Amino acid sequence: MPNVLKSILTHGHRQRLLFCLLLVAVLLLPFATDALLGRGWVRIVDFAMLYIMLALGLNIVVGYAGLLDLGYIAFFAVGAYCYALTGSPHLAMAYPLLFPDGLHLSFWIVLPLAALLAGGFGVLLGAPTLRLRGDYLAIVTLGFGEIIRIFMNNLNAPVNFTNGPQGISRIDPISVAGVSLNSTQQVMGITLPSVHLYFYLFLAFTLLVVFVSSRLEKSRIGRAWMAIREDEIAASAMGINTRNLKLLAFAMGAMFGGVSGTLFAGFQGFVSPESFSLMESVMVLCMVVLGGMGHIYGVILGGLLLALLPEVLRHSVVPLQQALFGKTLIDPESLRMLLFGVALIVVMLYRPAGLWPSRVRRRELESDEVAR
Amino acid sequence: MNEPLLTLTGIGKQFGGLSALTDVSLHINAGEIYGLIGPNGAGKTTLFNVVTGLYQASSGEFSFNGRLFQTGAPHLLAQAGIARTFQNIRLFANLTALENVLIGRHARTRAGVFGALFKNRATRDEERASVVRARQLLDYVGISKPHQTLAKNLSYGEQRRLEIARALATEPLLLALDEPAAGMNATETESLKALLQDIRSTGVTVMLIEHDVKLIMGLCDRVAVLDYGRKIAEGAPDEVRNNPGVIAAYIGAESE
Amino acid sequence: MEIFFQQIINGLVQGSVYALVALGYTMVYGILGLINFAHGEVVMVGAMLALSALTALIGWGVPPLLALPVSLLLAMAGCMLLGFGIERIAYRPLRHAPRLAPLITAIGVSIVLQNLAMMIWGREYHAFPQLINNQSHHVGGAIINDIQIVIIITALGLMAGLMAIVHRTSLGCAMRAVAENQHAAQLMGVDVNRVISVTFMLGSALAAIAGLMVSANYGLAHYYMGFLLGLKAFTAAVLGGIGNLRGAMLGGLLLGLIESLGAGYIGDLTGGFLGSQYQDVFAFFVLIAVLVFRPSGLLGERLAERA
Repeated sequence: MPNVLKSILTHGHRQRLLFCLLLVAVLLLPFATDALLGRGWVRIVDFAMLYIMLALGLNIVVGYAGLLDLGYIAFFAVGAYCYALTGSPHLAMAYPLLFPDGLHLSFWIVLPLAALLAGGFGVLLGAPTLRLRGDYLAIVTLGFGEIIRIFMNNLNAPVNFTNGPQGISRIDPISVAGVSLNSTQQVMGITLPSVHLYFYLFLAFTLLVVFVSSRLEKSRIGRAWMAIREDEIAASAMGINTRNLKLLAFAMGAMFGGVSGTLFAGFQGFVSPESFSLMESVMVLCMVVLGGMGHIYGVILGGLLLALLPEVLRHSVVPLQQALFGKTLIDPESLRMLLFGVALIVVMLYRPAGLWPSRVRRRELESDEVAR
Repeated sequence: MNEPLLTLTGIGKQFGGLSALTDVSLHINAGEIYGLIGPNGAGKTTLFNVVTGLYQASSGEFSFNGRLFQTGAPHLLAQAGIARTFQNIRLFANLTALENVLIGRHARTRAGVFGALFKNRATRDEERASVVRARQLLDYVGISKPHQTLAKNLSYGEQRRLEIARALATEPLLLALDEPAAGMNATETESLKALLQDIRSTGVTVMLIEHDVKLIMGLCDRVAVLDYGRKIAEGAPDEVRNNPGVIAAYIGAESE
Repeated sequence: MEIFFQQIINGLVQGSVYALVALGYTMVYGILGLINFAHGEVVMVGAMLALSALTALIGWGVPPLLALPVSLLLAMAGCMLLGFGIERIAYRPLRHAPRLAPLITAIGVSIVLQNLAMMIWGREYHAFPQLINNQSHHVGGAIINDIQIVIIITALGLMAGLMAIVHRTSLGCAMRAVAENQHAAQLMGVDVNRVISVTFMLGSALAAIAGLMVSANYGLAHYYMGFLLGLKAFTAAVLGGIGNLRGAMLGGLLLGLIESLGAGYIGDLTGGFLGSQYQDVFAFFVLIAVLVFRPSGLLGERLAERA
């Protein structure tokens, strides 16, 4: 009997079983979180999913193709503003004659358009800059991110596109098959509050992003990206059109950013330039780097850790200080950023391939140690 | 078979005010092994980089397989059928040996984003064929380590061979080797020689730069000698060896 | 025409500050081929230190004209220590790592410095104390005040001093040797690590002075001032040709002028569509344009990727 069991549980089966268990755990996650920590934490988990999507998108650019992009959040902003403009009463306020009620396009129409627009911005930025060497590219993309932010902040006059620093509010919630996700639903006797509904929507998108990433990684395109990352000249000598493939990486990453941006706008119901600062770009980059560049699971881990860490700190640092000193000496926001900074330095110094590097990377590190 | 595969006419290359190549004309016939020799700094690698598209020639023209090339785009030449190796090995160090060769298949395969995402039949077939071909090539050049070994963990000689396998994966008409025997011992050089002869027998034309005069003389059908960016001699190895200009160039170079 | 002169003066003042900060970027780049992303935060720390010292000294009744140089020296010393520490902790262990690694630690250092500053000095703006009777002078219809004159003159003096150090002293000779070829310099007996440390300290000292200048000119300082300033100074260094000292000075002054003229005239040029709030955009457009059309900068050598 044990022999039969063993043969059933061959490596492939074991992996499948593990995957199924994991899936069940993830599906139950909002309920567990709700019961153990409260509804606010489900919302936090929802945001973490958005960050994971962003990190996976950036991973294509940084992890696979080796192009350091410090302005990645701009694509997130493009997606978010796309839906904010077309799915809110904002246009009605700005142009009552043209759009008496605003546009109120369906989320599912805006989503592909926003993805395409973000991808277009990716190509627009990439085309002139991709021949630059790594660190220069980083600074230029950083500049691009800031340009987008400055425009978002100031394009409220004389023509009101973005409503300036106040941002755009009252964005329509996302609805799936006619059901608004901003409501509580009963399914087979189970009550699903809005944050749960959004969780499952985001989960679906995250799985899609994971699927796309892993398929790309193991394809001819993914190999070409890694060739470019390793040695651009050798890659071009192998017949790889490095310019086009780098543009493709930029566009794909930007599209992921645009998609998560539209989801963000629909979920939060409000966007303002504040959400798209350089710090956000850095944060997403940290997720990729700390997790393990080029490794999907590592990046997911990085995204999860860094998205949840500030909340954990928020809930522990203040009470801890209150208990110790009777007052709040250090505000949790700056403490969390401080820890981020320290983590970036420490990880780069001691685990340059990230917390959970891919198997290949791990092997390479080990062999390096042997060589030393 | 007697039609030239590669023809260079009056190629010149300047870097700033410096002339690295002046009026170099030569042709390589399909099926031959063609050697390029000359003292250090004679312009061999520059010529090589022009032929493989890394540099754009300042003057002259060059045609390959009946097509005229004016470009400095290596990927176009790789697609047209010129594959190369590098003087200082340039493998994709953190990828496996198999992946290195698979990347060589890039120019001869088609799958795009659509194929990657949906893994349709054409993509699966193509991928499977690529892997089979890559494994064959790894065995052919004689890599004994597992194919999943990272390129940088291979021995020096195997890295040189892996570079050749990767170049062959592009299905070249012309295989251009930049000092393939550099750093090899006598046994390794001997087996490299056998490998190159075998490659030629499969119909691939070979062009190589080499310092190892013995290897050149024993291997090449024709040899060109460069000195100070000019071609000073060309012909069968024996003729070239006895050419007074060549002897002067080498002795002159050595007495420096 | 008066607006034009006024913008030229403003541009020169701002440009002098950019130039001093850009020198820090360019020196480090010249020697290590590394973008010291944290340099902007060093400027901020310099400004905050100087301001704290100044306020304290004046509070103790020290005469302003003595308090100013003392607090400046304190700030310079603090920043030199900081620059030394940054290099030791975040860059030196990664000297042979892939290029992106030190860039990421540099981002980490910036975040740490910014948030430490916020914890120490708070989120609020700190006012620069009124030290001297800051008189305004009319020059051809435009106005320039004493502080601005001092800034321009000091900056020019410092640049001349730096050039003298680099080209006349044995330390400068060692710096140039390391920039040219680190390995060869080492073989010739140059203590490469020491030269690199000194370079960071020199750049940081200049950054401290620049920090004081900015806060004196605008009358305030706060924990977030370093980021944008650093980015613009980096742009200036790229504009002039990174790694080239004269280029950094030229680039700094030029960028200051471009920004102030641009901000002054953008409204007229775009028919009122874009206003002076877009001043910060110019630096980034200049940066992108330079990198795309002339990556070597105005005075730099070709920097295209090596074959």
